Amino acid sequence: MLALAVAAVIGLGTTWMALTRGTAYGGVTIGAWTAWPKNGTAGIDPYARAMVARTGELPVGSGDGVAFYARTDNSGEGLDGRCDVLVSGITPQARFWTLTLYDPEGHLVANSVQRQGFTSQEIVRKSDGSFDVIVGPRVRPGNWLPTGGIERYQLVLRLYDTPIGMATRGGTEAPMPSISRVSCQ
Amino acid sequence: MIRMALWLLGALLLGGIVHLATVLLLPRLASQDAYARVSAIAPLNSVVPIPPPTPDNAVMPFMDPAFAMSVCRYDLSRGSLKFSVPISQAYTSVSFYTRSDVAYYAIRQKRHGSKREATNRVPLLGEPGD
Repeated sequence: MLALAVAAVIGLGTTWMALTRGTAYGGVTIGAWTAWPKNGTAGIDPYARAMVARTGELPVGSGDGVAFYARTDNSGEGLDGRCDVLVSGITPQARFWTLTLYDPEGHLVANSVQRQGFTSQEIVRKSDGSFDVIVGPRVRPGNWLPTGGIERYQLVLRLYDTPIGMATRGGTEAPMPSISRVSCQ
Repeated sequence: MIRMALWLLGALLLGGIVHLATVLLLPRLASQDAYARVSAIAPLNSVVPIPPPTPDNAVMPFMDPAFAMSVCRYDLSRGSLKFSVPISQAYTSVSFYTRSDVAYYAIRQKRHGSKREATNRVPLLGEPGD
């Protein structure tokens, strides 16, 4: 009887850990960003399927695009909504891209200007084609993405109609914007 | 001592089985997956716009707020369906998902030169050949 109880605890415990900690396989990591292109195909692994079923999201289909998630900056520090964070650089080739800020559960974050992200069409670029986005709690000139002052958030960069996929490796092939902390209160 | 080790091994093995079973069964048992959420607002075989996500209200987590999204729950058991969507200049795509939220196909709008703000994405949910 005790053995059964222990087994149940171990089994359910490890399942819960696997699904909440996010231990999906086949991730493509470039800098601070990670994508799971396989999750948008019929070859999605059982853990990712269970995770998707639990959260209730629809993964971006691989024929549509690919979503890169960042929970930390380039130095590995968690993204803190009370700090100013600079997202800077260029994106890999894509027909259209969006950068969106979510709380850890994937909800949009309320803020005074009702801005939840940028698209490739509306972002202000520098003369060399790169862009700077300041992510922070207070109004900033230029591309300002408000955090609403929440403690933890994540950024999702979705590339639509892009050659980036499962075979992609980091470096010149896929230049992702860097994420760095500027200042903190 | 051996008895204790055997007992522990048994518990670990059983735990492993419970773990695998729950991971594999969860997609079938989940009551709040994307299909269930969409079912609440979309009747079968019709294209329904999904309200744009806001901080207080979103049909699904991780929706892209840059897109106008419509959804169609399809049932092909009584024949095929013809599906047409309006196309926006910036980017339009139609993604096909199975009943269990697995993306298996997508159609993208062909590229052409003009610019406009509006964008659409239409996920279709259902079982192919069902």
